Amino acid sequence: MSETTANTGPVLAADGRPLKVSLARALRRQKMRALLLIAPLLLFIVVTFLAPIGDMLFRSVENGIVPETLPLTVEALEDWNPDDGEAPGEEVFAALHADLLVAVEAKSHTRLGSRLNYEQPGISSLFRKIGRRVEKMDEGNYKAQFLEADEDWADVEVWRTVKRFSSDYTAGYFLASVDMGYGPGGVQMKPEDERIYLFLMGRTLLLSAVITLSCVLLGYPVAFLLANLPLRTSNMLMILVLLPFWTSLLVRTSSWIVLLQQQGVINDTLVAIGILDDLGRLELMHNQIGTVVAMTHILLPFMILPLYSVMKTVSPSYVRAAKSLGATDWTAFWKVYFPNTVPGIGAGAVLVFILSIGYYITPELVGGTSGIFISNRIAYHISSSLNWGLAAALGVFMLAVILVFYWLYDKIVGIDNVKLG
Amino acid sequence: MAALPPYASPLQITWHYGFRFICALIFLFLILPILVILPLSFNAQDFFTFTKEMLALDPDGYSLKHYKDFFTNSDWQTALSNSVRIAPMATLLSTSLGTLAAIGLSQSHVPYRGAIMAILISPMIVPLIISAAGMYFFYSRIGMQGTYWGVVLAHAALGTPFVIITVTATLVGFDKSLVRAAANLGANPVTTFFKVQMPLILPGVISGGLFAFITSFDEVVVVLFVGSASQKTLPWQMFTGLREQISPTILAVATVLVTISIILLTTLELLRRRSERIRGLSPG
Repeated sequence: MSETTANTGPVLAADGRPLKVSLARALRRQKMRALLLIAPLLLFIVVTFLAPIGDMLFRSVENGIVPETLPLTVEALEDWNPDDGEAPGEEVFAALHADLLVAVEAKSHTRLGSRLNYEQPGISSLFRKIGRRVEKMDEGNYKAQFLEADEDWADVEVWRTVKRFSSDYTAGYFLASVDMGYGPGGVQMKPEDERIYLFLMGRTLLLSAVITLSCVLLGYPVAFLLANLPLRTSNMLMILVLLPFWTSLLVRTSSWIVLLQQQGVINDTLVAIGILDDLGRLELMHNQIGTVVAMTHILLPFMILPLYSVMKTVSPSYVRAAKSLGATDWTAFWKVYFPNTVPGIGAGAVLVFILSIGYYITPELVGGTSGIFISNRIAYHISSSLNWGLAAALGVFMLAVILVFYWLYDKIVGIDNVKLG
Repeated sequence: MAALPPYASPLQITWHYGFRFICALIFLFLILPILVILPLSFNAQDFFTFTKEMLALDPDGYSLKHYKDFFTNSDWQTALSNSVRIAPMATLLSTSLGTLAAIGLSQSHVPYRGAIMAILISPMIVPLIISAAGMYFFYSRIGMQGTYWGVVLAHAALGTPFVIITVTATLVGFDKSLVRAAANLGANPVTTFFKVQMPLILPGVISGGLFAFITSFDEVVVVLFVGSASQKTLPWQMFTGLREQISPTILAVATVLVTISIILLTTLELLRRRSERIRGLSPG
């Protein structure tokens, strides 16, 4: 080897090129081939999955509707200063009249009204009402005619809202999703009785923590038993863990409804054996108990499986060594066995926690009003209140929390080591 | 743990059996909710609980009427046929794309492997409600909201991470010299793939496909948003049934679904054993 380099400089490959270049080319080809194999799926995921997530991020700040519907008004409002304490002058009203004529034709003024209504209740009806009047207005002296239609048009706060949301992008949805809003003195907390989202996020995190803890408490003994029984027996018992894992989420949720409802199996049994009075049936569903019990059941396999695979790797000779050195059963378990299984607890707990934060179906069906999560609120804003911007902002918050835990999971377990079944 | 030594103290004996009792209770907690709906689905009454006749094992207390309702009611039949049309197509898409990508990912030199893996796994990590919200916004923008293909593409995206994970796991045990040997004997890459590599990783591909199938077949959140009434699937029908007019037919459907799960679980277990056997035989 050293002889060749000494004689002729670079080592040559069979085709006469320098070996280094040849190898680099082979490596490049290999990389290209790998990338070509991955490319179709990567493209597919980018289009069908990442683009939607990006769209959601965009919608949480997008505010095109105001400048699009009222272009002239937005321009005219530039010179107006809300802190003067006076409604804008005639030229703004003239611009608004011109904008509204176009908007009423396209029926977009009601959508604009509902958009601004999220920021200041009452604006929606203001716009709907003026939409019916605007075509019949005489030329000139628009301000007086608007005020005649509804004197709220003289309200500085209405105009302040229009001016504030006249740019293409807004932080308004994000503020709303943490119970804040624009008040007379700038950004401030909403009044006590309108704050719900921070409370809901807190509840989602708290209930998820409770669910995770119950999964650890119930999952640890089972995983321990499975890992220490002879393989034949533990494979049989494993079916009891895997069957719930493979059963449809809705099937499991409906069986919990069957069990927990007031005329359900648990209450009926308790009444039949005389523990409960027929009138004193327990309320196990449509509250937080329902959510926690059903979701613990649903997520328990996600705790048991990682714990089991970690416990399988802990050599039984550690515990035997500890005992032969004089440790009691408890000390041997607590000081030797348990610390070895902590990575499994971490992996399972983070997984269960991530999954439980995002649950929607089970809280919706068994949670009632006190057991719902932030996801249910997102779904409500998409399909019922149609406040998509707020839904998107709440979604972005949730996504951020999940990503932090995902990163943590990657640190603890490594995303490559995820195993199924 | 395995067996109690003869010198065990009374405390140890109590703990040994006490621990097993606790575990038995937890196993009951896991399995009982699923088992309880099986007999209830044969209830002759429209109740969600055991009647006196059922407890007395009186044949009159049992009937197949909820199953009859499931197989004759047009709502349930539409839902079933939609599920059967959507899930296989989504499975086909995610299994073929996912297998290809998994083979690419298991090459020895993949640039940005970590980042690519994170992107490909992300549909599994992002909560369904967020995927559903994003897809609803985006698909309605491009006119795919409420279409068959919209739902299929969404479900395929959700299923691919499972295919990636199972197939890459199988490929870890795959001996790469087999591919080189095939090429050496004159096979082109396509022949090599179908004649040499594919048969060996097939168990992984099939179990990935089963995961993708069950993901689509059981999925309700995304289809609720991305689909419209004409894509109403079985889980969707169950969800609305549970939320609005609760009918015992749901229990019959649930029983059918549990049966399907048991069949899938058995298939997977057999595949896993086969894969282990194959891996045991192949060197490396």
